[in-house]
Amino acid sequence: MTETPWLAVAGLDGLWQPPLAFTVAARECLAVCGASGTGKTRLLRMIADLEPHAGEVRLRGTPSTALPPARWRRQVMLVPAETAWWGDRVGEHFLAPPPEEALARLGFAPAVLDWPVARLSSGERQRLGLLRALVLRPAVLLLDEPTANLDADNTAAVEALVAGYLAQRPAAALWVSHDEAQRRRLARRTLHLLEDGRWRLEQRA
Amino acid sequence: MAAGTTGVIPLTAADLAIAAGLIGLLALLTWRTGTGQTRPLLVAAARTFVQLMLLGWVLDFIFAQERLPWTAAIMAVMLLMAGHEVRARQHRRLRGWAGYATGALSMAVSTFSVLLLALLVIVQPVPWYLPQYAIPLLGMLLGNSMNGVALALDRLTENAWRQRALIEGRLMLGMRWQEAMSEVRTEALRSGLMPIINAMAAAGVVSLPGMMTGQILSGTPPLEAVKYQVLIMFLIAAASGIGTLIAVRMALGRLFDERERLRLERLAAPRT
Repeated sequence: MTETPWLAVAGLDGLWQPPLAFTVAARECLAVCGASGTGKTRLLRMIADLEPHAGEVRLRGTPSTALPPARWRRQVMLVPAETAWWGDRVGEHFLAPPPEEALARLGFAPAVLDWPVARLSSGERQRLGLLRALVLRPAVLLLDEPTANLDADNTAAVEALVAGYLAQRPAAALWVSHDEAQRRRLARRTLHLLEDGRWRLEQRA
Repeated sequence: MAAGTTGVIPLTAADLAIAAGLIGLLALLTWRTGTGQTRPLLVAAARTFVQLMLLGWVLDFIFAQERLPWTAAIMAVMLLMAGHEVRARQHRRLRGWAGYATGALSMAVSTFSVLLLALLVIVQPVPWYLPQYAIPLLGMLLGNSMNGVALALDRLTENAWRQRALIEGRLMLGMRWQEAMSEVRTEALRSGLMPIINAMAAAGVVSLPGMMTGQILSGTPPLEAVKYQVLIMFLIAAASGIGTLIAVRMALGRLFDERERLRLERLAAPRT
């Protein structure tokens, strides 16, 4: 008997030929890359069940349809490239308080929670958007170019934070990245989405 | 001419012609100042005349019949027109049957139930469907509900469209659709209820409500007319409020699917 994979995607249809099928193990980070229009963002949205799709996504053997949608998304959490901020203060957007140590690793003092959202730069939004997701302790992180607006130091901090999260608890991540060096740092396997709708999984030795 | 038995002074064709002359004068002025409003003004004035004459003719006929099927038929036509109007007033309407049904069904439920209450329990004309009561009452209920429902739906769909990133951002964090939509929903309900709340607050202070004015003109003692106006205001508030609540709930049911995904592709692109 084979072990139930942590995250299993099967028959995901709409853009890809053949339909997408892959698994991600616990504590694994799978890199995703492809030119624009190949459906990277849509793939993450489908896995988070934010967009209708054919095929099935399972977490530890449980299909998404077996859970109420909000509970599924709490566990299989999408962090979009542009995070949304609706309140006046940063702290309002944290459903659980972030540990000071995690804030510090991303370069923030605890006082950042009192900051007005309007004061945040795009890079700060991106880092806090990730942290806001991490404090909810999802089982799967779907990260859509989480370091796109960040300089080298902050990129390294975000990579370390996610790697630390995966080391600390059984969880998996899909990380969309255009940067090949970054993909090498983060992941042993990469899902390539090609322009003609085909795709391939590449494994490094 | 002296007041007749109903207390109203009948108007002659010449009386209407004088009023039409005012419109002609206004048209001349707008034409000379070149505002481009002359044509729409004349068309609208002509429509008022033709539509209302037709309505008067139809109502004369139906009042003379005093039969339920005729009354029911004209009520159905009024409802369908109101449903059409609600749909037409929306910038981004729901596609397909839902675009029509959200407005028409919600107004059907709210106005007809309020109307039945008014006819069977409150006013009690004999017979209960006496067209002289039933049709004007429905007209006022529908006209106002239509405003509220159209405003609420328009605000709901427009804000759902504009705030997509925000709504989906909340869904991504594992919030239910009700939480993700709470402000959008509240704002839609508020804009739907605003007209009737304003009308009730201003009644008698800023504005003289039309129905009361009409009754006074036709010889009803003011206090009697006021009682009717208060009744109508409350009925309108109930019909328009309940209609708005139902319409918003129905539209939300279309904006989200069974997996609580925001389905904006169910909204049609706005007409340019």
